[in-house]
Amino acid sequence: MAIITVQDLEKTFAVSRRREGARGLIGRLARETVQVRAVDGISFAVKRGEMVGYIGPNGAGKSTTIKMLTGILVPSGGTVQVMDLDPSRRRIDVARRIGVVFGQRSQLWWDLPLADSFALLRHIYRIPEQRYRANVAQFTELLDLGGFLQTPVRQLSLGQRMRGELTAALLHDPEILYLDEPTIGLDVVAKARIREFLAQLNVDRGVTVLLTTHDMGDIERLCSRMLVIDHGRVIYDGDVQAIKERYGGERTLIVDLEEPGPPIDVPGARVVKVDGPRQWLRFHRTDATAASLVAAVAARARLLDLTIEEPAIEDIVRRIYEGEAAWEASTA
Amino acid sequence: MRLYWEVAVRGFRRYTTYRAATLAGIFTNTIFGFMRAYVMLALFDAVTEVGGYDVADALTYTFLAQGLIMVAYLWGWWDVAITIRSGDVVTDFYRPFDYQAYWLAQDLGRALYHAVARGIPPFVVGMLVFDVRLPLSPLVWVAFLVSIALAATVSFAMRFMVNLSAFWLLDYRGPGRLAAALWTALSGFAVPVAFFPEGIGAVVSLLPFVALFEVPVDIFLERQSGTGAAGALLFQAGWALVLLAAGRWMLAAARRKVVIQGG
Ligand SMILES: Nc1ncnc2c1ncn2[C@@H]1O[C@H](COP(=O)(O)OP(=O)(O)OP(=O)(O)O)[C@@H](O)[C@H]1O
Ligand SMILES: [Mg+2]
Repeated sequence: MAIITVQDLEKTFAVSRRREGARGLIGRLARETVQVRAVDGISFAVKRGEMVGYIGPNGAGKSTTIKMLTGILVPSGGTVQVMDLDPSRRRIDVARRIGVVFGQRSQLWWDLPLADSFALLRHIYRIPEQRYRANVAQFTELLDLGGFLQTPVRQLSLGQRMRGELTAALLHDPEILYLDEPTIGLDVVAKARIREFLAQLNVDRGVTVLLTTHDMGDIERLCSRMLVIDHGRVIYDGDVQAIKERYGGERTLIVDLEEPGPPIDVPGARVVKVDGPRQWLRFHRTDATAASLVAAVAARARLLDLTIEEPAIEDIVRRIYEGEAAWEASTA
Repeated sequence: MRLYWEVAVRGFRRYTTYRAATLAGIFTNTIFGFMRAYVMLALFDAVTEVGGYDVADALTYTFLAQGLIMVAYLWGWWDVAITIRSGDVVTDFYRPFDYQAYWLAQDLGRALYHAVARGIPPFVVGMLVFDVRLPLSPLVWVAFLVSIALAATVSFAMRFMVNLSAFWLLDYRGPGRLAAALWTALSGFAVPVAFFPEGIGAVVSLLPFVALFEVPVDIFLERQSGTGAAGALLFQAGWALVLLAAGRWMLAAARRKVVIQGG
């Protein structure tokens, strides 16, 4: 059962700007209107309970899509169905059932202690007292908010505030959580903590999550599926694992030999780097298995240690963005 | 309803944390009250009555106006415009509440705090030093308090619209300055409208600006008593409704703009 269905979604912005090469007073005042196709025919569906990574380079149209999914923006074309409702027509009804975190914006009250922001949200969403208490208690524990519940939001660190934002977005038990760059600007520890929390949230409560990020670590840790968009179009929609296998089939075997030597010649792999006794052998999974390669290397030299590097999703995605491979929209 | 009450309580509480600002404000308002009082005394040295005010009326007016400054809060309230600039307004737009009522509640909470903390001290100091007039009838006091609440509402309705202009204008402080000039000149804050030349005064008295200062002050001075006071309150309430409605219309236009053009 799809909880989100997007069909041929489009959003065009009219941006007025100064005419290029304009001269004189009239020329300077005359402005031309340019149509920016921020979202240009996107279709996808998300199943209840799924956790989908929604990624793409800057300006790809990710935030614009999320705004249409939440009902803040009206599409210029196509349709959106969220829990069988059209969000732009039923904004308030949808709002009661979704949670949103825009990493670059705050939905907390700047001057108020975090606890006060939560209390206001309780009244805004008319959360039953018991539910509210249970949720605050649970999120306080999971996200370790106890130390700063009474601190005004403006005094919180970014990591603390983001934990507060997540709680604020979840107090009313939303069925869908939209996250637009929730880990932006956070340190490694803070990111890890938020990822753990989201993973657990998805398992425990079955919340559907659509996650936008530039940190592929978020995707790798959290999402089994990813949607890659660029220039307002879907360029990949499928399994994170599959994309690794399909487009990142190249793995690297790093071997530490007893003695430095010439590049080892084994079938199915090529040496891409030699550094003293250490050598890097790149191979494609269709040409060789790691086990066969290790055996072949061991037959030619004394092997002390080895590691296998999986292709990093980061590299694959970078290559997709750069258009290195010929990408077509594909569905899994 | 419960939500708006909670919002108002927090609007009140929010300002209680700025104690130093409150003290500095009381000090400034009182000092300016003294300066204005001496100008009035100099004026009434030459005449005994201006526009129906005697010297006691004029002194009372002076310290009331100084006390009511922060209730009207006509200069420098940009809370809404700031969220529009930062884009945080988007979060408020998809919340299930009435956006205008939400801000009104918050601002009435604030106004109550300022009425008490910033209004009473300058007046009390003025009362101890100068001969001011205090109403005897409890009914007048009740009408005065209602009038202050209505003044706060009218002032909010105006400031709300000025702030909403940030949706269309890069420099929202421009209309803010223009509005501040109108408020200062036409509300009875700088000079009682009763001191204006008759024809001009009559016109100005019909404009909503007098709902901010002139009307509550006149009620306090019992220049409008009985049905006159009731009429004055109706005048304020009428403008409050009209201006709030205009604000809603502007808000709807802003929302359309955000929803279509993305802000
Ligand atoms: N309100 C708007 N008015 C005009 N153009 C806009 C507006 N909002 C977005 N755009 C344009 O639409 C395109 C997509 O923007 P969007 O914010 O959706 O990108 P994004 O994928 O979220 O990028 P990022 O990773 O940088 O956050 C960009 O070219 C942007 O300039
Ligand atoms: Mg974005």
